[in-house]
Amino acid sequence: MTFLFYIFAALALVGGIGVVVNRNPVSAAFAMILSFLGLAALFIQLDAYLVGVLQILVYAGAIMVLFIFIIMLLDVQAEEKRRFPLFNILGAGGVAVAFGALLLVILKRSEVGTASIPPIEPLEGPGTSDVHRIGELLFSQYWFPIQVVGVLLLVATIGVVVLSKKELK
Amino acid sequence: METAITLNHFLFVSGVLFAIGLAGVLVRRNLIIIFMCLELMLAAANLTLVAFSRFNLKDGQPDYEGHVLLFFIITVAAAEVAVGLAIIVALFRSKGTTDVTKVDTMKY
Repeated sequence: MTFLFYIFAALALVGGIGVVVNRNPVSAAFAMILSFLGLAALFIQLDAYLVGVLQILVYAGAIMVLFIFIIMLLDVQAEEKRRFPLFNILGAGGVAVAFGALLLVILKRSEVGTASIPPIEPLEGPGTSDVHRIGELLFSQYWFPIQVVGVLLLVATIGVVVLSKKELK
Repeated sequence: METAITLNHFLFVSGVLFAIGLAGVLVRRNLIIIFMCLELMLAAANLTLVAFSRFNLKDGQPDYEGHVLLFFIITVAAAEVAVGLAIIVALFRSKGTTDVTKVDTMKY
């Protein structure tokens, strides 16, 4: 289990770096899919099966298809090469290293974070899967937010249709 | 060497992924790539939520409220991407480019 964590964490991070460094937008989009797949594997390692599958379906599936569709529709060219001044490289590298060091120091000091994954009590019978439990929460305690989200999706759909009209009035 | 995976491991991966996305937003000039890096930052924050929900057991089960919050975040992210890309298409129609350095009318 331990080496799986490192493999998928590396996959997510390498994919993320690929998004930033790839000049070609299509390659960047595919690196992003790689990153999302690694992230979904990490979710599943955390026993969040529904969320892991949703991550693959919605992020790696729907959202990235939309991105690639728009990239090809607009025929976006690769960014031209530009020279980075030494000062910029030093600044960006310095910020990145400082952020990583700060994160390490903070995480080292926290006592919460040193716990290893606690075991889950196994449950038997129907209604014990995480899909069932999340669904129950969504339609009992969170019934109002889910209605609001439904309206939000409708508003987004209408907004997209209005925005993509030929001429905006 | 078999060191157990702790909460810190997940938080560190999440933080580094967030930093990569932030660097992308700052460095890249193509609006679509900037938008993709924003999505990356959002997904990195999701990892933190799931990790905390898994390590905060309630009656021997993960805290499913975190998963519910994640469900809403994913839904809102999908809506946000649709609207954002429509705005980018509208911008491309009027300016003919998605390069943020060439869209500087409001700067002066």
